[in-house]
Amino acid sequence: MSAPQTQNAPAHPASANAVPAPNTERKGLTKKEIAADHPTWCPGCGDFSVLALYFKMIEKRRLEHEKITTISGIGCSSRFPYFVQAHGAHYIHGRSLPFASGVALSRPDLHVFVFGGDGDLFSIGGNHFTHTARKNIKLTCVAMDNWVYGLTKKQTSPTSPLGFKSKTDVWGAVDYPINPMKQAIAAGATFVARTTHSNPNHVLQMMEAAMDHDGFSFIQCLSECVEFYEGAFDASNPRKGGIFNAVPTTHDVADEVAAYKLADAAFPGYFGVFYNVTKPTKNAKEAGVNAAAAGKFKGLKDWQILQKTFDRMK
Amino acid sequence: MSHSSASPGASGAEAKVSTINEAVIRIAGNSQDGIQAIGGFLARLAGRTEQEVMTFMTIPSTISGGPSIFQVRMGSGEVLSAGDEADVLLAFYQHSYEGHITSLRKGGIVVYDSDHVEPKAEWKETYNHVGVPISSLTIEAIGGTAKDKGKNLYALGLLARMFDLNLTKLEALITERFTGKDHSVVTNALAAFHAGNSYSVGQVIETFRFQEARHRSSQQVVMNGNEALAYGIIAAGVRFGAAYPITPWSDVMEILRRELPKYGGTFVQCEDEIAAISMANGASFAGRVAVTGSSGPGISLKMEALGWAVMAEMPLVVINVQRGGPSTGLPTQVEQSDLNLACFGSHGDAPRVVLAPSDVEDCFYTAIEAVNIARTYNVPVFVLSDQAIATRIEAFPVPDLEKVCQDITPDFTPVAEYKPYDLSTSNGVSHRVVAGTRILNGRYPVATGLEHDEMGHPTGSPKLHMQMTAKRRRKLQALADTLPVPKVYGPPEGNVLLVGWGSTRGPIQEAVDRARAAGDSVSALHLKHLNPLPPGLDNIFSGFNMVRVVEMNDEGLYGFGQLAGLLRARYCDPKITGINKTDGLTFKVREILERARADVTAGMRKL
Repeated sequence: MSAPQTQNAPAHPASANAVPAPNTERKGLTKKEIAADHPTWCPGCGDFSVLALYFKMIEKRRLEHEKITTISGIGCSSRFPYFVQAHGAHYIHGRSLPFASGVALSRPDLHVFVFGGDGDLFSIGGNHFTHTARKNIKLTCVAMDNWVYGLTKKQTSPTSPLGFKSKTDVWGAVDYPINPMKQAIAAGATFVARTTHSNPNHVLQMMEAAMDHDGFSFIQCLSECVEFYEGAFDASNPRKGGIFNAVPTTHDVADEVAAYKLADAAFPGYFGVFYNVTKPTKNAKEAGVNAAAAGKFKGLKDWQILQKTFDRMK
Repeated sequence: MSHSSASPGASGAEAKVSTINEAVIRIAGNSQDGIQAIGGFLARLAGRTEQEVMTFMTIPSTISGGPSIFQVRMGSGEVLSAGDEADVLLAFYQHSYEGHITSLRKGGIVVYDSDHVEPKAEWKETYNHVGVPISSLTIEAIGGTAKDKGKNLYALGLLARMFDLNLTKLEALITERFTGKDHSVVTNALAAFHAGNSYSVGQVIETFRFQEARHRSSQQVVMNGNEALAYGIIAAGVRFGAAYPITPWSDVMEILRRELPKYGGTFVQCEDEIAAISMANGASFAGRVAVTGSSGPGISLKMEALGWAVMAEMPLVVINVQRGGPSTGLPTQVEQSDLNLACFGSHGDAPRVVLAPSDVEDCFYTAIEAVNIARTYNVPVFVLSDQAIATRIEAFPVPDLEKVCQDITPDFTPVAEYKPYDLSTSNGVSHRVVAGTRILNGRYPVATGLEHDEMGHPTGSPKLHMQMTAKRRRKLQALADTLPVPKVYGPPEGNVLLVGWGSTRGPIQEAVDRARAAGDSVSALHLKHLNPLPPGLDNIFSGFNMVRVVEMNDEGLYGFGQLAGLLRARYCDPKITGINKTDGLTFKVREILERARADVTAGMRKL
């Protein structure tokens, strides 16, 4: 994490030093210590796999409870924070990204993870997705995309393919779906990857790479809804007779146009990192603004800075 | 303008000089003429000469240009309102002249730019007319530019001459204002000012001198309500905020965006209103109390997220600089019609705190109080300002900043265990631990909008919903117990009690003064805490025959404005009625007075 000190830096030195490097003093957490409530998802839901790999990453990277912040909006996948033994917030529908931005911009010492569904992130929260990406706010956003509204029991989602029969489109979906990968690239996300719940090692690999990225990192993770859209992703699952196409090794992850072309491939498309560039984050830019401003008031207490302003208003 | 004495005319050709204790000056032109700048200079001069000052301005909602006025009332005694009638009108154009001449008191003076204004014969009888070729004399003074720049400073010079204002202090203010720009800008500004000041206006009309102001022990600072709110937020220790631009709120966010970095803080301009309150909620969750704010339409958009802060028990300050509504409404005019929205907006039983500052100085202190209530009770707090306070400039004693400024950095010391929604406290207030704090028993909380148990995990339990709903309500009841009983302005018993909230305090109190001077039994009560209400109001009401709630909002379906409705619901007292108006303008003292006096003469005198 590049952002230096910002305003909510912890008051006591122990935390101030606890940069998000792997914890070396404390024993790493076990899966049992990371798990909280038993998930309320339906048996067989793809979300279980995403949760298990989140735990695995925390274990593997020896992250500490209090340094992880899990944030979500509303939807099946957004129940996520309740299942993780760490500070979490279950926010309102569609607005998890600005909430998470508030955390990320004021607390450079925390890992901020946002988990959401396709409806939460691309329908009601579509505007926030665009702007969080373009501002390059340092956090990881995982879209657990199941192509359907699950929590409200089978309505059309913004990623439902044309013709999908739902309770709100009994004759089949008529609206063209959003392609989350294109959306992310076009919005200016600096890390864009695609994975699927049925390939656990790949999910873990993508999550780690996203966490390590200094900027807005986005993962589209296909996560099957066995209740309302069974078999949606079979074509991407070799165990179901499909094919898992890794991003070609020749692909240049810094090439935005090439990334967009990869995103344009017909389903099942490709899996892996499509786009990965380094650009100054908003976190770093704001820290720079603050450093420049603070330089002019070195050694002054807050009230003395305000006094100077008031002196000019007399 | 009250003449306390008329001294004989000075020597030579000068007309007479009168000593006055206050004056109301209205400047009318277009918004690009720098009219607000003249008003700002006069207000700051008053602050520096220990005079009281109150200003009132209108700006058009059009993007560039359009008629604009600035009214300033300066006085040696207490100035409570911007004044009903002007003593002097300075009119730059024909439309300024025709549109504002009736705002002059009879016998008042209109100084008009004779390059642009053709005076009307029928008004020459009623008002003193002084024509000065302001435009051409300004061009002459600063050297032949065809532009209108500088004529505001010429006019300021004229006013300085008419009111015998302190030239040295005005020159200093002008120099300070333009320092940093090209040197010729300062020179031209001073040249225009001096040219205006040496115009022999005194040969035509009487000139005035302010009575010596009573001496103040402290220095004064001069600002408008939006500035006072922004600096109050900073003094309170808030270091994160987020918002979306909207009139008349935008100044507050502009100031916070510019100033917070000096204190290590950040203010984010968001993609929309919902993102703004969400970002503030996130920052509060992770640290210090955060702030968001807006006006009318923006506040409507924030309501779902506000409900989350109520449910998750998140401290948050939401500033609403009210304007006329509903919908896009009157973006640059005033109304107090968001009280119900502030108290009840958002679905479900969602108790929150609502405070309203009554003047510019109060904006500063109310911002601090809001932050402290938010963090003591873990609750969102509304600050209901309005367009009138936002844009008016007042002078007030410089706050003791060393004492007032506070550090609200949260305590990150690890805790043994933590229940964010602990039900064991009698007042419903739980201790809050922010994200990033280590919890030694390894059980971590979730901040949530779902109904929840003590750890924040979802529940549909009827018993827990009842307990948690009561917890959220009890916090506000506990707050209400700590609130001071508001003081009655005037005698505690009488015929009519005028009740107000927010920016109407000045004109209401001035109405009481005038009514009492005329022998009528009128007192006033001003409420700052609107939700929860302070204790003791029923006792106060019992001392009066009539309780009239003065509000800038509609009388409503059943005949009561928004605060009147709240008070009637709370006290079931049929003597509570309203004095309402919806013209988008601040109350004139006369408007309140006439309607209060109607009650007095309605045969309801006590005893």
